[in-house]
Formats: sequence, C-alpha cells, structure tokens
Amino acid sequence: MGENSLQLPGSIGLTRPRPFTETFPEWLHEWVVTVDHKRLGILYVLYAIFFLLVAGAEAIAIRIQLALPGSHFLTPQVYNRFFTMHGTTMVFLVGMPILFGFGNYIVPLQIGARDMAYPRLNAFSFWLTAFGGLFLYYSFLGGGGLYGVGSAPDVGWFAYAPLTARAFSPGHATDYWALALIASGFGTLGTAINIIATVVSMRCKGMTMMRVPLFSWLMLVVSGLTLVTITPLTAAQIMLVIDRYLGGHFFDTQAGGSAVVWMHFFWIFGHPEVYVLVLPAFAIANEVIPVFSRKAIFGYPAMVAASVGIAFVSLSVWAHHMFTVGMTSVSNTFFVLSTMLVGIPTGIKIFNWLATIWGGKIRFATPMLFLIAFLYQFLIAGLTGIMLAVAPWNWQLHNSYFVIAHFHYVLVGAIIFCIFGGIYYWYPKATGRMLDEKLGKWHFWLFLIGFHVTFDTMHFLGILGMPRSIYTYQPDRGWNTLNLVVSSGGMIQAIAVLLFAFNLIWSYRHGPEAGNDPWDAWTLEWDTTSPPPPYNFAEDPVVRSRRPLWDLKHPEDPDWEYES
Amino acid sequence: MIGSIPVRSAVISLLSSAALWMPGKGPQATPSTLAPTSTPAYEIHALSLFVLSIAAGIFLSVAGLLTYAIIKYRARRTDHLSEPAQIYGSTQIELAWTVIPVLIVIVLFLTTARLIFAIQDAPEPESALDVTVIGHQFWWEFRYPKLGIVTANELHVPLSSEQEPLPTYLTLLAADVDHSFWVPQLAGKTDLIPNHPNATWINPLQPGLYVGQCAQFCGAQHALMLLRVYVDNPDEFSAWVKNQQQPAVEDPRVAGGRHLFETQACMSCHTIRGTAATGRFGPDLTHLMSRQTLASGVTNNNAENLRQWIEDPGSLKSGCLMPAMQLSDQQLDQVTEYLSTLR
Repeated sequence: MGENSLQLPGSIGLTRPRPFTETFPEWLHEWVVTVDHKRLGILYVLYAIFFLLVAGAEAIAIRIQLALPGSHFLTPQVYNRFFTMHGTTMVFLVGMPILFGFGNYIVPLQIGARDMAYPRLNAFSFWLTAFGGLFLYYSFLGGGGLYGVGSAPDVGWFAYAPLTARAFSPGHATDYWALALIASGFGTLGTAINIIATVVSMRCKGMTMMRVPLFSWLMLVVSGLTLVTITPLTAAQIMLVIDRYLGGHFFDTQAGGSAVVWMHFFWIFGHPEVYVLVLPAFAIANEVIPVFSRKAIFGYPAMVAASVGIAFVSLSVWAHHMFTVGMTSVSNTFFVLSTMLVGIPTGIKIFNWLATIWGGKIRFATPMLFLIAFLYQFLIAGLTGIMLAVAPWNWQLHNSYFVIAHFHYVLVGAIIFCIFGGIYYWYPKATGRMLDEKLGKWHFWLFLIGFHVTFDTMHFLGILGMPRSIYTYQPDRGWNTLNLVVSSGGMIQAIAVLLFAFNLIWSYRHGPEAGNDPWDAWTLEWDTTSPPPPYNFAEDPVVRSRRPLWDLKHPEDPDWEYES
Repeated sequence: MIGSIPVRSAVISLLSSAALWMPGKGPQATPSTLAPTSTPAYEIHALSLFVLSIAAGIFLSVAGLLTYAIIKYRARRTDHLSEPAQIYGSTQIELAWTVIPVLIVIVLFLTTARLIFAIQDAPEPESALDVTVIGHQFWWEFRYPKLGIVTANELHVPLSSEQEPLPTYLTLLAADVDHSFWVPQLAGKTDLIPNHPNATWINPLQPGLYVGQCAQFCGAQHALMLLRVYVDNPDEFSAWVKNQQQPAVEDPRVAGGRHLFETQACMSCHTIRGTAATGRFGPDLTHLMSRQTLASGVTNNNAENLRQWIEDPGSLKSGCLMPAMQLSDQQLDQVTEYLSTLR
C-alpha cells in the first residue's frame, strides 16, 4: 500500500490532540454527552454487538431445548419468551442500530462532511433507541407487575392480535414490548431524518448526487424507506396500547375488532423492514467488493436505480406474509406478482457485483471473504424467497422451519455476513488498528460452517412439516436427527462469534497500526487519519468523481474522464 | 399476454401429471409436504417441483459464474504492481440481464396465479362433506352441521376417489386467538382467525391417519396443539358417524362418577349429550373413548393417562387451560371410570 502518502489538501498537517490526563469520569462524561457522529456511530455498534450476544444466548437456549424431542431444558412459557425476545432483539436492537451505526460513522466521512446535519438530534436518537432496548429487557424484572417476576413478552415477534389482548396476555410484559418499540422507533425516525438531511445538504464541493459513494446513496434510500415504514408500526403499537389500557377495540376480536388489521399494519412495516436491514448490507457490499476486486463498481447508475426500485416495490409486497389468512384469490395473485417483481432489481444487483469481480484482481482478506460468502448466500436467500412467493407452495411452507431458514439466510447469511465484513473493513478507520487476520479467518470459516450446518438443514425440517414457534416436538415425527444437526451448527456459530468479540477487544490494543488507508481504497473516509480527528477534515475536500482517492493515486488515468 | 397460452397448457399438462410424482406410500409418521395424498397437496407439490427446478437452474448458472470469476480473477503474486482495467458499466449488458429475470418472473407468475384460482375458487360439489373447525387454546373442535356430530382433536373424513369425488370442505373459525390448520400431506395451511371465517378443502385419495398441528403461534401450548385426520373407507366412516350420532352411553354402574361430573365444575366446560353437562369451553366428551388420544394428541387415551390428565392436566401439557380440580383419589377413580364408558 505504498501510495498512502497521497492525500487530499483537506487533511494535510492535521494532528489529533489526545488528552492523556483524562480521568475515568471525564472519559465517561465525554462519551455520554458526545454529539460527534463517529462516537455515536461507535456507541450504536457496541450497543448492537452487546444485544447480539444477548439474543445469541437466547438462540442457543432455544436450540438446546430443541436438540432433542420432549426436552425439559426450558418450560414452554420460558421458551416462548425467549423466541419472542430473540426475534425482537435481533431486529430492533441489533439490526437497526448496527446499520444506523455504520451510517452514522461513515456517511459524513464519505461525503466529506464534518458531522451529521443535526448532531444533537443524532445523540437524542441514539439514547432514545438505547432506552427502548433497556426498557424491553427490564420486562424480565417488571413484566409480571407487582405480583410476579420473570415475565418477558411471549407473544412472538410479530405479536398477532388478539393474543396480545389483555384477556390472553395479562400482566405488563406485552406493554413493555409495545412501549419499547415505540421509543426505539422514534429514535430510528430521528436518525433517518438526520441521514437524509446529511446526504442531501452536507456533501462536499464537487460531490453531485451521481458522485455520492454507493454506501451513502443506499443509506439515503434506507432512511427514506424507514420514514415510511416505522410510522405504521408506531401507529399500530399506539392502537395496541389504547386497546390494552383505554378499552379500545381495534384488535379486540371479542368486541368486534379485527385481528387481520393488526397483520396488515405489522407487515406493511415488517416487510419493508427487511429491506431497511438488507439495503445497508448491500451498501457495505458496494464498498468492499470493488476495493478488494480492485475495480470500480460495475453499473453505478443501475445500482442506484435498483436500490430505489427495491425500496419502492418493497412497499407493495407486505401481504405475502398473509397468504394463509384467507385473502381473496385476486389479492393473493396481486401480492405474488409484486413480490416476484422484487426479484428483478435484486437480480440486477447480483449481476453487477458479479461483473465488478469479473476481470478484477481479487484479494482474499477477511472483509472480502465475508462478502464472497454473502454473494452465494444472498443468491440462495433470494431464490427461497421466490419459492415462498409462490402462494400455493407458501400455503405449505408458511410458518414452517423453511421460512425460518429463509429469513435467517437473509438476516444472517446476507446481512450479518456483510456487517462482519464491514466491521473488518472499517475497524482500522475507527480505532487506528487492524483486526487480527488470523483470528478473522478462524471467525469466518467457523461462522460459515456453523451457518450452513444450521440454516441449510432448517429448510428440510420445514419441508418435512415442522412448524415454527414450537417449544418441543413429538419423537415419532422424523425430525430428531435434523434438529440435533441444527443445534450443533448453532454451537459452532456461537464459538465463532465469541472469537470475533475477542478479536475486537484484543486488536484494540495489539492489532497492527492501520495507517490512513490500509486497504488502498478510494472513498474520502480513507483520506483522513485513523481514527479521524473531531470534525473529520481540516478543510472541506473537493472531489471530481465517485472515487476521489483513485484520481489522486492515478493522476494519469482519473475516473472523472470516464464518468458522465 | 402472448406467452400465457402455451404456459397455461404447459401447466395443465404439468398438473394432470401430478399423480406421477405421487409417492403412493399413503399416510406417514412424518407430515411431509413431499408425500401428498390429497388434491390440493398434489398440485402444490407438482408446482413446487416446477419452481424448484427453475430456482436450481438459476442457482447453478449464477453460482457457477461466480465461482469461475472468483477463481479466475484471484490476485496473483505480481498483481500488486498494477491495477486491473477499470470498467464502469455497459448499457447493453445490463439491459440483457434485466430482460432474463423479467421473463422468468412472467413464467412463474402465470403458473402460480393459475393454481391460486384453481384451488381457492374451486366450487363445492354437492357430494362434499361440510365440517366446521374451531380453534381453541390449545385444541380443535370439529362440528359436522349436517350430521349433528360434535367431536374434538381427531377429525374423521371419508375417503374420496377419482371416480366418486367425496371432498371435505372445512369452515375455519377461532374461539379465542389465531390458529392455523395444517396437515401437510392433505393440503396447505389456512389460518383460523376470530371474527374472520375462513375456508379450505381436502380431497383425500388414500386412507389412513394423517398428522399435523397448529401452525400459528397461539400461546403457551401451541407446540402441543396436535392434529389428527383419519381418512376412513366409506364403511368405516358411516360406522363412525352412526356411533357419534348416538347419545352418550348410560351405565348405572358408574352413576357415582356421572354424578360427580355433573356436580363438579367439569360440566361448565364440557358437554356430554344427554346429561346436565353442556359446557362449550372444553372438548365434547360424549364419545371420548372413541378417540385414540388425549389432550389433542399428547398421549394415548387409556384409563391410566385419563386419570393422570384429570388429576393434573399440567403434568401432561403445562399451561393448558384445564385446571386441576383437586379431586380426592376416590373421586378421581369414579370420574375416570365414568368417562371410560363413553365409547
């Protein structure tokens, strides 16, 4: 990486003042009151990793219980709480915060800004989201109300009415669930507004919309989508709280309310939510794959268009979660078509990544390993998604382990793999140290093996008729061996994640020095120091293309000569 | 819609040859979607194989290209000296690979739409049997309105055949929360939602016992809300109907147990036709002993398990809604003996 010495004028001569005499309370105070987008980004990511470990532990408990038929490791009640909390945590306290953490950290750096558009709103949003998470977990203590403890929500992560009505879910656990999601939902809305404002109005000189790096472009799309999708969820939660406390009858079927209305509200949030989570993963792929293939992204305008297209189409597919609830044949047919249409922009993306790799010189560092696995796994996830979109087949597969396998292929096989890749890629920027490559490769291979042992096998359990959300199964159903395999894969993944957590801590002190630009990359965040100073750039950078650092490193062959 | 006509005929031939894939093994212990024995399940299975083969083709070609690219374009030792040629895109190529997914989507959509209408909008024939299925936390109630039968957890339906179709049309209701009726060998699942009546149908072509279970999370014992469907030969089915239509057996030797049942809280949840017990909250027990299992499929129905169930239902199905009635040993024996006569 001999070309590190090239720098944009903006960062020349900038050194970072480090207060060495800070006491612990001062240090803590600085982190709590910070409005720096980089510190908030790190807080988001650490918060998410903490809950990743918590929800991972819940998953392990679930898999121990299901390893053998008729097991008594968990009672049905505890099992139901664990799978509810596992799903809720992974979506709302891991997926959303970690991706917004990436957005927070990287978007201002990539577009040459000194901070987010609204730094205080940014801090407020983070702490609101953090409060939501703590509030949800407080239900383990307070969910039973004054007369009992140990009663976290147990209604499933999509909490279908009327199981959430007071008649069927007494106590306060369901209230904690609803209120926690309202709180973290408002935090998420704040961050989404912030990212939109930042990308629209804080770009450095020369950075037109068609020169914004794809990561930041996709975060803009995601944030717009978030504004549209969190709103119905929050509305539904407020209606649920009104039902439970003020005698409303929105979802109270005993009084003429509608269970199906809840489903529509939840899934018009819930399905775009999948894209809210997966588009940032694509965003990471759009940065890592080109850098490690040593080629510009293939078809930048098509990638932007496909992302916007996915966001739009994703708003019209929600009821493919509801093929079994008795919609008319015409409605079912409509949602089959809209769902399958998502496959077209998604296909374009996969082809463009393939074309980016084609003709490159691929370096197999840990970030790229995760991204290569992502490409295969996302392909499979997309294909099983098409299978589930075939409504008659969905009548068989819906709510079976096939669905569990499919969405874990998306959430783990695509999103978590991209997140891991992204952490290996940007950790040097955030800390000034490289993550250990050897541990990274162990992490990658163990996680890959564990992932496939677990989730490939789950597809077969679903095809063989095993429904989701069951705490035990009959020993004569023929599911015993497959469940044992699934559970053992879960253990392998757990070991890999612990290795990763250890790597994060160990490399912070012992990793090799990263320098400004360890990967020989092309976007603006690699132009400043690692970690970047407060306010990022001494002078505002000026760019002429999508890859300003490529232009600097290759003055004889700059990008701006080719970009239109 | 130029492509639709050949596609439709392709689908018709595909669906009519569905029987070729029929494994023909009849009912299985594993409720596999790969072993259909009834008419919506056959067609779904045939369509699934068609879709699976397209998906497999896509996977093999894309993953193959990807693997080739990763191996071919890996960095060699001297590659750090220079960067590869930079290519920014190509409109022609991108148009080409937009058209291919569009064509695949058209084919998949048309085949799928056809089967949706064929299954969902199938008119109910005169010969069909009507059954109303009511989901409860955590058991199934079956009512045969035209036959005057009420039973629970074990659904009996007649065997159908190509020559004499005798399908069963199910009306799906829920008494409390959402449930889902799923017997994979017979049909896909349909949800039971309070205030939202649903319907589905089966046309079973092989006799035997088919297992399934509730497929929509419904609370503590969702996992043990098991489902058994007996597809009976016509003789067996009419014998079963005849027995179910009888009032409850009256045996003076167990009058003590009957008296207990009618004076304890049992009667407020259960019905035994011809007695004072007319509750609707729990299963109808008029012909309890004609069922092979207890507690919606949890355990075999014999005197020993029945006594344990009455003594402490939570010991067999923790979290079920039937309370332990705190009966004395003698009372337990009497009630068990009484219920054991209800053939």
